[in-house]
Amino acid sequence: MGQITLQNVQKSFGPVHIIKGADLDISDGSFVVFVGPSGCGKTTLLRLIAGLEDVSGGNILIDGKNVVDVPPAKRGLSMVFQSYALYPHMSVRGNIAFGLKMAGLPKAEISRKVEAAAATLNLTPYLDRKPRELSGGQRQRVAIGRAIVREPKAFLFDEPLSNLDAALRVQMRLEVTRLQKQLGTTAIYVTHDQVEAMTMADKIVVLNGGKIEQYGTPLELYEKPANLFVAGFIGSPKMNFISGEVAGRHDAATIGVRPEHLKIARDGEGWPGNIMVAEHLGSDTFLYVDAGAIGPLTARHVGELDLSAGDRVLLSPDPGRLHRFDETGKSLRA
Amino acid sequence: MAHTPELSPSQPSGSLHRMTAPALQPTETGTGTRQTQLLARMLLTPAVALLFIWMIVPLALTIYFSLLRYNLLDSESAQFVGFENFRYFLTDPAFLASLQNTLVLVGSVLGLTILLGIPLALLLDQPVIGRNIVRLMVIAPFFVMPTVSALIWKNLLMHPVSGLFAWIAKLFGAPPIDWFNDIPLFAIILIVSWQWLPFATLILLTALQSLDEEQKEAAEMDGAGALSTFIYITLPHLARPITVVILIETIFLLTVFAEIFVTTGGGPGLQTTNIAFLIYSQALIQYDVGGASAGGLVAVVIANIVAFFLVRIVGRNLEA
Amino acid sequence: MARIATSRHVAVSTVAAWLVGFLIFFPILWMVLASFKTELDAFAIPPKFLFFHWTTENYAAVQERSDYVHHALNSIIVAGGSTLIALLIAIPAAWSMAFSPTKRTKDVLLWMLSTKMMPPVGVLVPIYLIYRDFGLLDTLTGLVFILCLGNLPIVIWMLFTYFKEIPKDILEAARMDGATIGRELVYVLTPMAVPGLASTLLLNFILAWNEAFWTLNLSTLEAAPLTVFIASYSSPEGLFWAKLSAASTLAIAPILVLGWFSQRQLVRGLTFGAVK
Repeated sequence: MGQITLQNVQKSFGPVHIIKGADLDISDGSFVVFVGPSGCGKTTLLRLIAGLEDVSGGNILIDGKNVVDVPPAKRGLSMVFQSYALYPHMSVRGNIAFGLKMAGLPKAEISRKVEAAAATLNLTPYLDRKPRELSGGQRQRVAIGRAIVREPKAFLFDEPLSNLDAALRVQMRLEVTRLQKQLGTTAIYVTHDQVEAMTMADKIVVLNGGKIEQYGTPLELYEKPANLFVAGFIGSPKMNFISGEVAGRHDAATIGVRPEHLKIARDGEGWPGNIMVAEHLGSDTFLYVDAGAIGPLTARHVGELDLSAGDRVLLSPDPGRLHRFDETGKSLRA
Repeated sequence: MAHTPELSPSQPSGSLHRMTAPALQPTETGTGTRQTQLLARMLLTPAVALLFIWMIVPLALTIYFSLLRYNLLDSESAQFVGFENFRYFLTDPAFLASLQNTLVLVGSVLGLTILLGIPLALLLDQPVIGRNIVRLMVIAPFFVMPTVSALIWKNLLMHPVSGLFAWIAKLFGAPPIDWFNDIPLFAIILIVSWQWLPFATLILLTALQSLDEEQKEAAEMDGAGALSTFIYITLPHLARPITVVILIETIFLLTVFAEIFVTTGGGPGLQTTNIAFLIYSQALIQYDVGGASAGGLVAVVIANIVAFFLVRIVGRNLEA
Repeated sequence: MARIATSRHVAVSTVAAWLVGFLIFFPILWMVLASFKTELDAFAIPPKFLFFHWTTENYAAVQERSDYVHHALNSIIVAGGSTLIALLIAIPAAWSMAFSPTKRTKDVLLWMLSTKMMPPVGVLVPIYLIYRDFGLLDTLTGLVFILCLGNLPIVIWMLFTYFKEIPKDILEAARMDGATIGRELVYVLTPMAVPGLASTLLLNFILAWNEAFWTLNLSTLEAAPLTVFIASYSSPEGLFWAKLSAASTLAIAPILVLGWFSQRQLVRGLTFGAVK
């Protein structure tokens, strides 16, 4: 079991409020990603759940039991750190076994569990190596092995993939997701990378300035962002925002349209503009367009488009995919 | 008008479009839990308490004694005399002489060690065959205990009859120098400089090695010659280590003791008496507790002026 | 400056460096040579550089004098004891400041540093009187105590800078793995800090071994370490240069070896981390 509930959790360092009251319900077995820009409080929130920091207020319930006064070791959670935090003086075997050793398990059982975890993660040939003799990806797997071997109620991941190169990151992303599904253990995963968030999560928590902006499935966030912040944060390239007269015509203070929902034409209807930069990726074409009074716009076209910088284009939004926001930035729904 | 979408054509493309992906994000770490903090305070206490006692008790006693007329040979007679000891100590010609000796000693050793240390460090930073061995030879004097180095210099090198220097002087037809009679303070300056030159060299060398090679290469690309590179790149880089060397050496040099104790005993006359030795002789030879304490406080004040600057430099470094 | 070093450049700097190195090292070398001479050869003018009657009689003489062994033992006890005790006090303190810092940690560290800057001569009188009244003059306990306090700030500082380099994440990982603070210190921090601990131990042993203010003023005979023993050769009647050289060589040889091992850490320790 691993159901985690946050009730009005707050954290302040001196006068600085890092977490301004978070309420959250994480159901057993789900994969929840905390995402947000630097300094939004996502890592702090994870550390509060881990017990590495004290809450300043509110409750954290694990399987219905309030754990705010329980030390980290007794919460039954395990954590994978951004730096991996492997014990450099212990072998891979020693690293994975350390938690079990601390728990006082019999030697034979420890050894059996370590072998099993290593097999799951393809680490068996490296069991007697020291962390410094491993590649980045292998270290990452050791860190994960150390987390799974204890059969915790939940895994806490703190930006675990940010030190890997791009290709390895994609591979590990898949591996972590697959492993979590296979084990069925609750996971909380912190990242600043919204691609990771979208691809891995069952549900995403978008944090900003110590507040939870929105909690929902990836597609909910994409299709129905609660406010300007979530709209701008989720999706790549970023959503275009247009305010002023054009927005007024839609009864909104600001309207937003995603680059992929802008139709690109050489003539006909739409907002006229000049292409400043055109990026041709083969699979996609990104256009950065100066649309005069409307502002700069980004447009995305699937496939190749024969356009280049300086060309004039007309951009028209897909009316069904238009997002409307009021003056406070909240989403307006029809 | 518009919330501008970031225009960064150079960003990595493909499926990994990350608009907000700095490689290393500043971590939002806190200070641990209350339990940890409480335990940490408890573990810190013994060290703080010991050092506090070590600092405050002797200092308070020194202040107290400095206000008494108190001689160990006549210990019943202690009486309060106010600032009499300070007046006596500060107007004593021996104090002025020893203050002057102290300043000359500190100044000369600082000058010698830094002026020789810089070229020496630069030399050791060059491609030298067997650099490690040379390095070891250069550092060695620092590890020699002060009484040993003082005696080697006094007997084996500077002895006016059988010393090596006397023989060298004779080789050149010059009369041998009676170091500890003719130029005693300079003799001590030489010994102390020999002990501290390795320290200055080692620190400057360490600093040199931390100088970014690319900076020098950039300067070379900009057309700077060896001399300009030294003046505009290397020397500014050495400014801070040089300051550190000056301050730390000063702290230790203000209280040079063993070298004088072993070689000249402060003489001839007062020629090699520095403040440390003066206080020692007042306390443990003349048994004048009050006077020595007053002198001790003067030494503390002088050291504190230097310490003030050193602590600020180290403190600034601590921020990083 | 010259990464593409020409062979001429290498030759010139090599010769210069060896020459300067030899000059600086010469007094020590001269002493070691003198220690293998007869007393007569040690005095000889012109000096005998290599072609003299090599003898180990001085070493034998020094070894035979029971007091040399006695003072050497004192040095080991005083330097070793003060360093070990300082480490025991400093490890928890440095752990505390490195891994659980508060707003005041910086001030505490700088304050500790400033206690090291108090000139010993400033507190010579009260320390001497306290030692006299408590019967600590010329005792090993007294020397161990005062050298321990004198070096404590350096020990704490060195350990602090080493601990600072250990990622906090690893200690937290141990905490997540269920280790108590005690087990965290024993199984994770200490093994990781072994190099730092070793060099701290080494440097402070050297500093204590060579300390020559308190040892000269607070000990005379019973507790006197080698610094004081060697100083006794300064009296005019002790003009046995070859024996002095042998005793001196024995007194500095172990420290030279240790010092050579710890030269990198020396910089860090003596500059309080201001130069690395």
